[in-house]
Amino acid sequence: MPGITREEVAHLARLARLELKGEELDHFAGQLDDIIGAVARVSEVADQDVPPTSHPLPLTNVMRADEVRPSLTPEQALSGAPAQEQQRFKVPQILGED
Amino acid sequence: MTDNSTIIKLTAAEIAAKIASGELTAVQVTEAHLARIDAVDEKVHAFLHVDREGALAQARAVDAKKAAGEKLGPLAGVPLALKDIFTTKDMPTTVGSKILEGWIPPYDATLTKKLKAADVVILGKTNMDEFAMGSSTENSAYGPTGNPWDLTRIPGGSGGGSSAALASYEAPLAIGTDTGGSIRQPAAVTGTVGVKPTYGGVSRYGMVAFSSSLDQGGPCARTVLDAALLHEVIAGHDPMDSTSIDAPVPPVVEAARSGSVEGMRIGVVKQFAGEGYQAGVVQRFNESVELLKSLGATIVELDCPSFDLALSAYYLIAPSECSSNLARFDAMRYGLRVGDDGTRSAEDVTALTREAGFGDEVKRRVILGTYALSSGYYDAYYGSAQKVRTLITQDFERAFEQGSGVDVIVSPTTPTTAFSIGERADDPMAMYLADLCTIPTNLAGNSAMSLPCGLAPEDGLPVGLQIIAPAMKDDRLYKVGAAVEAAFVEKWGHPLLEEAPSL
Repeated sequence: MPGITREEVAHLARLARLELKGEELDHFAGQLDDIIGAVARVSEVADQDVPPTSHPLPLTNVMRADEVRPSLTPEQALSGAPAQEQQRFKVPQILGED
Repeated sequence: MTDNSTIIKLTAAEIAAKIASGELTAVQVTEAHLARIDAVDEKVHAFLHVDREGALAQARAVDAKKAAGEKLGPLAGVPLALKDIFTTKDMPTTVGSKILEGWIPPYDATLTKKLKAADVVILGKTNMDEFAMGSSTENSAYGPTGNPWDLTRIPGGSGGGSSAALASYEAPLAIGTDTGGSIRQPAAVTGTVGVKPTYGGVSRYGMVAFSSSLDQGGPCARTVLDAALLHEVIAGHDPMDSTSIDAPVPPVVEAARSGSVEGMRIGVVKQFAGEGYQAGVVQRFNESVELLKSLGATIVELDCPSFDLALSAYYLIAPSECSSNLARFDAMRYGLRVGDDGTRSAEDVTALTREAGFGDEVKRRVILGTYALSSGYYDAYYGSAQKVRTLITQDFERAFEQGSGVDVIVSPTTPTTAFSIGERADDPMAMYLADLCTIPTNLAGNSAMSLPCGLAPEDGLPVGLQIIAPAMKDDRLYKVGAAVEAAFVEKWGHPLLEEAPSL
């Protein structure tokens, strides 16, 4: 079973939108390598012909009636916003410089 | 006259009866518990927020109903400690994380609404491992909680604030959530009672998501009957949660009032033993099995080979779902925002905010989940973990239905008693072992309870007995739990918690 390197942790952190510091990369790489080494045992069953379970309840397409009901006011919806303007969420520029 | 020191030791059922009869007022009861919080919470640190005014207002409303001759519900006026994972529109909801520091949600969780509708008095919000990820409450961004049995030890986790509030008599009732054992393991190490209902039994609407296919809210208390009374209040179908079970709540209160194991077949799983189990835990568990026999149960040994892979499957499935669920913390609509200096892009601000707002364990799990779900590893890790989940469910089915035909399964709740604060804080694998016996139930979605079964002789700390029932047979937990509790209290001469040192 392959382990995990510091470079891989840095790549995963970028995918997960986590700006990790250098010392965190060192620290987590060792720990994650141990954890992955331990949990890799699940691949013992990889070849078995067993259906996967994604959820304990066999539910599909749970619907409720499409009825108008009270919802949040704009003030309530914006009450936790880090920044707002003209009754909208104000966000940093979506496209970076490059 | 009943003084404060007597009031705080009453059970929830007793408090409700005394309020209903007029012997106590709800305001008196709330004030007694607020005074207790004032006296001991600086040491215990069970609460992240105490809502003094809100609690007293709720209590006054109960007293007004009583004065007006209205019929009171079975838990009217009883104080409760609410885990800080359920949204409350009149209190902050932080999930133990800096990323939600000070956030006041614009809506109440279904569970919060049900508590209010039942006239339960919510005292405040309790401490927890950040996003419910942990087994010790040390992962809270707001500092650890002490175990009332020994303040240098952990109160379990993630619901350590709730278990500590119960064990220190700050509240007779509490709410927890259990993704891998976060209700049952804290109950075990504090000498209290905790129940993980069948998955879908209690609404998840307004409960901050960690691992959606495993997360389940449930009741915590000092007695089996109190847990059942709370279970009945919070359970039931909710159209706001698509995974909520649309069926009647199992008759848990009735079961708690008629405890018996006479004629039952009770399973003991051979995989829940061996290396890593503390001697005193094994001793108290074996004594519990003897007790069940003496009460008229037949013990059946069970072989559940897939349980050996449960911990590994859990630490792939839970981080995978968490890495997806926690993507919502993007610094845009609510919560912390860091580094928005007018030049940085939204993506950079998101990454800087998550770096500043999440603690180590959350970061580890987000990365682990991202890894397990990435192409090239998905089949080997996540796909295999899902197969293990099927095999574990089949092991339970064989135990409960075919072949063995047991009514319930018993095991130690957790392999050791409360460990010291700091001991496993930076050793994730050691920490994960605390959930060895509780995880299979989360993966299969059935129900389980932990209740006290004695003190380990070597350290004088509480040991938990776990009872596991099939899905939607939560009432069996209470039927067996009530019988075990009554037999132990008779044997000890008092509830176990009376042996805890005074704070």
